[in-house]
Amino acid sequence: MPVDIWLYFILGFMIIGSIASLEIKNILSSIITIGVVGLGLSLAFLFLGAPDLALVQFVFEILCVIILIRAFAKRSIEVRALRRDVPETIVAIIILLSIFVLSIFALADLPSFGKPIVRVAERYLANAGAETGSQNIVTSVILNYRIYDTLGEVTVLFTAILGSFTVLRKLGRKKRHAE
Amino acid sequence: MILYIMCFFLFLVGIYGAITKRDLIKIILAIGIMGYSVNLFLVLLAYRSGALIPILVEGLNIPPNMMVDPIPQALVLTSIVIELGITALMAALAIRIYQKYDTFDITKIRRLQG
Amino acid sequence: MQNNFPNEGMSVIVKTITRFTVWLIFLYGLYIVIHGHLSPGGGFAGGVIVALSYVHLTLAYGKNFVLDRINKFAMNSLEAIAAILIVLTGIVGLWLVGRFLANFLGIGTLYTLLSAGYIPILNIFICVKVGMGLYLVFYYLASFKPQEG
Repeated sequence: MPVDIWLYFILGFMIIGSIASLEIKNILSSIITIGVVGLGLSLAFLFLGAPDLALVQFVFEILCVIILIRAFAKRSIEVRALRRDVPETIVAIIILLSIFVLSIFALADLPSFGKPIVRVAERYLANAGAETGSQNIVTSVILNYRIYDTLGEVTVLFTAILGSFTVLRKLGRKKRHAE
Repeated sequence: MILYIMCFFLFLVGIYGAITKRDLIKIILAIGIMGYSVNLFLVLLAYRSGALIPILVEGLNIPPNMMVDPIPQALVLTSIVIELGITALMAALAIRIYQKYDTFDITKIRRLQG
Repeated sequence: MQNNFPNEGMSVIVKTITRFTVWLIFLYGLYIVIHGHLSPGGGFAGGVIVALSYVHLTLAYGKNFVLDRINKFAMNSLEAIAAILIVLTGIVGLWLVGRFLANFLGIGTLYTLLSAGYIPILNIFICVKVGMGLYLVFYYLASFKPQEG
């Protein structure tokens, strides 16, 4: 089967899974459904010729699901029925559908699937082996040609992790002393 | 073309969840869905039909125009890692809010202020 | 090793299976990191697999069992030290080659394990940083108790 057919199937599965995870009442089922959507994305990466991304997405999705379950499941495992505003929801759906119809015209201008416009990557693909000595070209892009991107990414990740430590820590030393 | 439209529809599902749901956990999940669709869209744009994965193989001389574009893959790799950090940060904030207000409902959080 | 907290965590079956699987997961993470320039993977995926092996141990044995063996302060500082070492690698490149984060080692022969200059070194630093950081986030989120300030 061609790649397109597989991707239609996986994307339809992901859309149905996302809607289900947003509409399910039980929060534990909702988190598990989002995990399944992420694994579908990993499968799609595998079909699109990106095994690096498939591996990373698979592993990160598992850790994400574990973090969300440990953070939330204990506190709100009971089935919660929040009442919804019907007019608000209808207005939101109408606006989003109009954006969707307009987007069809915009997306028609993009290069069609399977025929990308490749300029910079031609040079990387031709010279990566000789210039960086790395067999995996994605690694040679993230750690040699575009190493500043990775440095910024490590900084952002460090800041996000530091932020969650700061939010979650116990009382500051000074405040505890004053009590 | 249809694949791009389906991918954009996935993004709209995420926006729908973020603006209509009242549950903080559902909003976090909706932001995650938006991240998935953006990552998938970038990789869809880079795919070349019939191409091989961008890894050199010893003994095989693969021409450069027979491999998938590696640059969007590198950028998406960055984005996936940052998404997990942001999800953890949002989960920490949501737990703190739950501790202060005893609820995840955003309308009640506004009411109980002070 | 002796378990000082036998009543925490999951059942005996899970603990016995964990004893066989956790080091396999850890070694697989290290393999992914070291072969990052030869096969799919790299510092980020390998670091998260290493973190997942710790998460596996925490879920099966309870968090006190892990804290008995690994110092939390050491993990916290290891993460920061790895971040500093990445920048130091850049400064060494600036000193030896003239550009920040330039490749200051030889390229070596393609397709062998010891090749690609500084890419394996950076992969190891990134693995330590990402693994320790994400495990600590998991630990803090899991052990947070609402009644403590």
